[in-house]
Amino acid sequence: MRSDRGQSAPLGLKIAAACGLLFLHLPILLIFVYAFTTEEKSFVWPPPGLTTQWFAVTWNRPDVWEALSLSIRVAAISTAIALVLGTLCAAAVSRTRFFGRETISLLVILPIALPGIITGIALRSAFALADIPFSFWTIVLGHATFCVVVVYNNAVARFRRTSGSMIEASMDLGADGFQTFRHVVLPNIATALLAGGMLAFALSFDEVIVTTFTAGQQQTVPIWMLEELIRPRQRPVTNVVAMVVVLVTLLPILFAYYLTRDGDQIAGSGK
Amino acid sequence: MTIAAVQSKPAPAILPGNGGMRGALSDLFWRRPKLLLLLMLLPPLLWLGIVYIGSLFALLLQSFFSIDEFSGLINREFTLKTYGDLLQAANLDIIQRTVTMAALVTLASAVIAFPIAYYAARYARGRWKALFYLGVMLPLWSSYLVKIYAWKLILAKEGILTWLFGKLGLLWLLEAWLSLPIVGGNSLSVSFTGTFIVFVYVWLPFMILPVQAALERVPGNLVEASSDLGASPGQTFRNVLFPLALPGIVAGSIFTFSLTLGDYIIPQIIGTSRLFIGQAVYSQQGTAGNIPLAAAFTVVPIVVMGFYLWGAKRMGAFDAL
Repeated sequence: MRSDRGQSAPLGLKIAAACGLLFLHLPILLIFVYAFTTEEKSFVWPPPGLTTQWFAVTWNRPDVWEALSLSIRVAAISTAIALVLGTLCAAAVSRTRFFGRETISLLVILPIALPGIITGIALRSAFALADIPFSFWTIVLGHATFCVVVVYNNAVARFRRTSGSMIEASMDLGADGFQTFRHVVLPNIATALLAGGMLAFALSFDEVIVTTFTAGQQQTVPIWMLEELIRPRQRPVTNVVAMVVVLVTLLPILFAYYLTRDGDQIAGSGK
Repeated sequence: MTIAAVQSKPAPAILPGNGGMRGALSDLFWRRPKLLLLLMLLPPLLWLGIVYIGSLFALLLQSFFSIDEFSGLINREFTLKTYGDLLQAANLDIIQRTVTMAALVTLASAVIAFPIAYYAARYARGRWKALFYLGVMLPLWSSYLVKIYAWKLILAKEGILTWLFGKLGLLWLLEAWLSLPIVGGNSLSVSFTGTFIVFVYVWLPFMILPVQAALERVPGNLVEASSDLGASPGQTFRNVLFPLALPGIVAGSIFTFSLTLGDYIIPQIIGTSRLFIGQAVYSQQGTAGNIPLAAAFTVVPIVVMGFYLWGAKRMGAFDAL
């Protein structure tokens, strides 16, 4: 029993925490206001007027649609690859102890632990050395590499909570390895995989640093935005795209949270 | 005796194998778990080992090549000349600027993160707890470029911050700050101050999460005991809370430090024309075509982070991740 239940925080702490959270959220909310502004040339505040015409303008821009389609295809395939590799790795690491187990965890985490620019330039120079031309697949190659870790983390956490005796019970009752996987292991880890897959999708959809090195002339949505940031052509369209990107990444995160929520609370109460 | 009696009439010790190819395969994996383990590990290891570690090594290898200054071609002979180039004053300047920025960003993130993490860990319950969690996770996962873009809107000369300072009658303060030599500039969006704010903003969630994880493990009665024994809130913070939160802060600082060291997009969009390591790498490999020097530059963050991780491990920071 915690004695501090119901006790309220000092006022200073409350204010500092609230200010911190506001600092994190206000800039993103601002994007939503700017998507409706009538001002075309500058970032003037307050907006001189509000309009929805930029949504129609953005809707009719083929370059935005191309970027969006490329981003979604890259994210989908990278996520699929990451799901397979991450789950295999997590299963191997969590069900057995073997020599070099720690090294494998490190290897999986390395692509996001090292700054993205190192991963990017390493891949680019490797493509140059091997004479591989830039294509859709070079982007996927880079994205899948750092998406593995998100799936891996989610799957490892779930495997840790799944009791090994269930697998043994299934085998005792006469199920073979594949049946056990299909009817016992998979239902147990399904939501963790779904959550990991969504996070991997969001990570890939948002990635820009590695992509600048592994994409040729093709533009994913972040690359398109980066171009607009460096050489602005039409600011209102950028505003609208920024807002849509926030919404598109928001939904998978909320859903992934919803999927893993219950389990995490159980794990937390066990501490 | 009874054991011997049981053993004299044994049930068949080995069940007949499952029929069919699928069954045979299943049996094989059961008898030889090492084979299954190998098959499971092979695809991820091949992918990460060849694609990732392979490229990393190729990159490191190239830092020992040099570039022919006249033809611009890469000379594939082992040399330390490129590392010598790295020690030129201009390049040392870039390294020093980046490391200083990373240290300041880390410090500021820790200060802003602590109250949020502490409130979330100790006082927030039930629905508030979920709200705090999402309140940190959503900005963390929001698009990196959109966040930078938002700050471009905020820091622009005609943007909301200037407007706010004007409304509060504090424009003179902003002007005075911008006229300072190093941190100032034409407007906030082309100054180091702007770069610093955006770095702190973008990496802050990476600091909050591990600090919160560390503070969750501090029992509330420890803080109460401290104040019962007569410590002021300040003393409790210095002698009880801070030492216990330190591994979490160090764990968070790994992210803020490493991410600042390698970033090249934030200083390019919001900042001055003076380069950071990431920008130097980018321009060396792109416009200058000097892959060896770019590779040597990437070795700097790797080495700095290597030392940093080694120190962090000694402080027990990895348990807080």
